[in-house]
Amino acid sequence: MLWRKKTRDSHTKTPSSLSRRLFLRATTALVGGTLASALPNRLATAANAENLPPNLPSWSQHLGFSVDDRPYGRPSQHEGHVVRRSVKWLTATRESSVNFTPLHELDGFVTPNGLCFERHHGGAPDIPSQDHRLMIHGLVNRPLLFTMDDLMRFPPVSRFHFLECAANGGMEWRGSQLNGCQYTHGMVHCVQWTGVSLKTVLDEAGLKSHAKWLLPEGADSAAMTRSIPMEKALDDCLLAYSMNGERLRPEQGYPLRLLVPGWEGNMWVKWLRRIEVGDQPWHHREETSKYTDLLPDGKARRFTWVMEAKSIITNPSPEKPLSVKGVQQLKGLAWSGRGKIKRVDVSFDGGMNWQTARLEEPVLPKCLTRFYVEWNWDGKSVMLQSRAMDETGYVQPTYADLHQVRGENSIYHNNSIQTWLINPNGEAENVRLG
Amino acid sequence: FAGAKKYGLGTIATPEQIAGWDIDIRPDGQGLPPGKGTFEEGEAIFLERCASCHGEFGEAFGRYPVLVGGEDSLVSQDPVKTIGSYWPYATTVFDYVRRAMPFGAAQTLTNDETYAVTAFLLSMNSIIEDDFVLNQDNLPTIQMPNHNGFIVDGRPDVPPGEPCMKDCKESVRIIGKARQLDVTPETDRATTVAAL
Repeated sequence: MLWRKKTRDSHTKTPSSLSRRLFLRATTALVGGTLASALPNRLATAANAENLPPNLPSWSQHLGFSVDDRPYGRPSQHEGHVVRRSVKWLTATRESSVNFTPLHELDGFVTPNGLCFERHHGGAPDIPSQDHRLMIHGLVNRPLLFTMDDLMRFPPVSRFHFLECAANGGMEWRGSQLNGCQYTHGMVHCVQWTGVSLKTVLDEAGLKSHAKWLLPEGADSAAMTRSIPMEKALDDCLLAYSMNGERLRPEQGYPLRLLVPGWEGNMWVKWLRRIEVGDQPWHHREETSKYTDLLPDGKARRFTWVMEAKSIITNPSPEKPLSVKGVQQLKGLAWSGRGKIKRVDVSFDGGMNWQTARLEEPVLPKCLTRFYVEWNWDGKSVMLQSRAMDETGYVQPTYADLHQVRGENSIYHNNSIQTWLINPNGEAENVRLG
Repeated sequence: FAGAKKYGLGTIATPEQIAGWDIDIRPDGQGLPPGKGTFEEGEAIFLERCASCHGEFGEAFGRYPVLVGGEDSLVSQDPVKTIGSYWPYATTVFDYVRRAMPFGAAQTLTNDETYAVTAFLLSMNSIIEDDFVLNQDNLPTIQMPNHNGFIVDGRPDVPPGEPCMKDCKESVRIIGKARQLDVTPETDRATTVAAL
């Protein structure tokens, strides 16, 4: 072992630019091996003339599935391309990794449960509900242990909220890197959550007067922890056991997760087993090593909790090219962690001129908001952008605006305006404007 | 909160129940269990339980986290954020190793083993000497190199206000395309749209 100690100082210099080399090497690893069914649906498949009028298709003559064939329904087999996808080269393992919501395939603002993006740090356990417990202790009058049945006897609360990973768009800081709406913006989902107000459960334990911070912790093998200030905990946090009307999916924290509306997804601790109440933050790994935002001067921002106003045009997008000239319905999503979306503007000329989009009701706070613009495509090149404004008056910034303050190494909280270049052949691609 | 409604739900968590789950450590040392460990003990554990991912010197394989080095790299084009170059508190090392490492075998290290691995990592990063006996009393007193590297959230970075709607720029210039990098899964090959 002596040789190791003698030589280790010379080994403390790590290979520089690992991420940059991966960034470039990734090309070779991605060729081939994908199923045809997994390819984005670039062009509408031509219809089979035998099924079109005046002919009678087989489904008009033969019986379809019975009511007993599918006790839990699934999407049509013709929608098999609408799936979560991942980027293999992003992470060291598949269990501490992320996948992406296919935003370009969805309508409205509710994400189907099976398509909500996943982010795990130690894989997703499927915990038996009867074996799960929530412990609340620390600066409380009565340390408590709850079963799931206990939690469901508190008054239920249902609310729509988006959940966005702090790293959504993080691969785009150094330039346009991933050519797809799913990859540039898909670390977000929005469902109707049902659970119990965190305040109700904390009141049950009784907070001591110097209780200022919470430490939620997961029951998975990553035992995720984050420090949360009491003001937020008592404001609008929920302990959720359902999403879109059914129990949470295992990958979303079954049987219990924390909701921290408007704040970065990392704090929405899944498989929640414990909440410790304290008087100061814990400065754990996920709020020091990770989820801190490095600035050009070498200092890093910590506790960058809120997700700022953001928007994305989902159609057209790289996965959803234009196939014909003429009338088009531009679709997109906007959201803000500071409240409601007030307005979304859309540009067809790379930000030179803007028009205000139509927002689909209801517009809810800290929730995805759908916007539309009807337009005519003349077959010429177009540069599409969307720009959200929230009820605080905050306007979604350009990449140049953010870059000026934060440089290229902050990883998280990229809420800058996205540009899609529509080429004369109808394809859309991810580009960066100077 | 005296006036808040009580539902009488849940049971009192006993000290034994709490002790089994209460694993978190704070920078002031709150939560640290009794125990101790040294660089040498930690090195043996690290080689056996950690080095297959993190490398014998903490340099890491592939995309696994680098644990050692990266001094003065935070202002460079490629910052290397390690325990030594970036982490503000030594207590976080103990807390995280005990709660989540080794990857896939979490919470299998004893308290003494966790002190030893922490001592090894701090020593490799030249923060403590190789003969330092790390324990629950001195771990919170260790000053990390980047202790003062963190500032409060300064956002919003752009002032609110009525945005420009017409003739907003002199010109529009494309400076980069994702397609030129070609690292997108299911690589996007040019297809001609027949309808045009």
